[in-house]
Amino acid sequence: MMGHKDEALKFGGKEFTSRLIIGSSKYPDPAIMQKAWEASGAEIITVAIRRMNLATGGSLLDYIDLSRYTLLPNTAGCYTGEEAVKTSFIAREMGLSDMIKLEVIGDEKTLFPDTAALVEATKILVKEGFIVLPYTNDDPIVAKKLEDVGAAAVMPLGAPIGSGAGIRNPYNIRIIQETVRVPVIVDAGVGTASDAAVAMELGCDGVLMNTGIAMAKDPVAMATAMRYAVEAGRLAYRAGRIPKKLYASASTPLEGMPELL
Amino acid sequence: MQIRLNGQSRDVSDGITVTALLHELRVRPERVAVLVNQGIIKKPSYGSTTLRDGDAVEVLTVMAGGMEEIR
Repeated sequence: MMGHKDEALKFGGKEFTSRLIIGSSKYPDPAIMQKAWEASGAEIITVAIRRMNLATGGSLLDYIDLSRYTLLPNTAGCYTGEEAVKTSFIAREMGLSDMIKLEVIGDEKTLFPDTAALVEATKILVKEGFIVLPYTNDDPIVAKKLEDVGAAAVMPLGAPIGSGAGIRNPYNIRIIQETVRVPVIVDAGVGTASDAAVAMELGCDGVLMNTGIAMAKDPVAMATAMRYAVEAGRLAYRAGRIPKKLYASASTPLEGMPELL
Repeated sequence: MQIRLNGQSRDVSDGITVTALLHELRVRPERVAVLVNQGIIKKPSYGSTTLRDGDAVEVLTVMAGGMEEIR
């Protein structure tokens, strides 16, 4: 085991043991969603703000144990900074949290962020006292700008939202991790356990995922796999991997080899 | 009078307050955020905010995308 205990994931004055943040969309049904959350070991659940179905009066809040999970409201579906800022204020008015996973989407097909609007919206919300976690692209320059305007963490995508394409630019994610001092949480693109492990091995502080778990054939099993992958990736990062080499290097020394022939 | 409630027309009594509307809808105020004509209404003002004919009201909550049971 590691010689010293891993530190907690910290942002916005809170500490979390789990480094996996989980979503609440696209699950086959609420019971599976709850079991998957449990299996994932996650402590933070990201949620969207939408119209209530007034025929049923149902709310996702009916399914979340707030003594156990921290809610991270998001601005999913917002295409302008103005919409995203307003959605953040709505989340605050609901008494959910001052934390906001800020999304300002730039394009419907790719769901890539509009980073200029994102930086601006982050700046506004930080001034208003929000703990802002912006969903950004894998651009270290933008990540630095977000940190400079007061983001509590940066959340670069591994690949487009819902694509399951994995960490498409590990080099940039690594550069982001070396550039900013706030936590780096890979948000989007994780399709399977190895993707989550790669993100953590690169030195990221956490991984946020939704579709990779919710749309898996067995979401509960996948949530378990993701939990282990995040833990394994984190351990491997802290353990310090060996450098990659082109040629072999014998595991067993030749010293003491007998004369055999 | 008639208001637009979450995008649909609804008849309500004249001068109804946000508190009374939520009560009529059997919605617990602590679970929602309310917008009237796109302005956020703060919870302490629900009782003193009266609606007018033609107002657009949004009752919002935390929802899960793509899950009919919760919708």
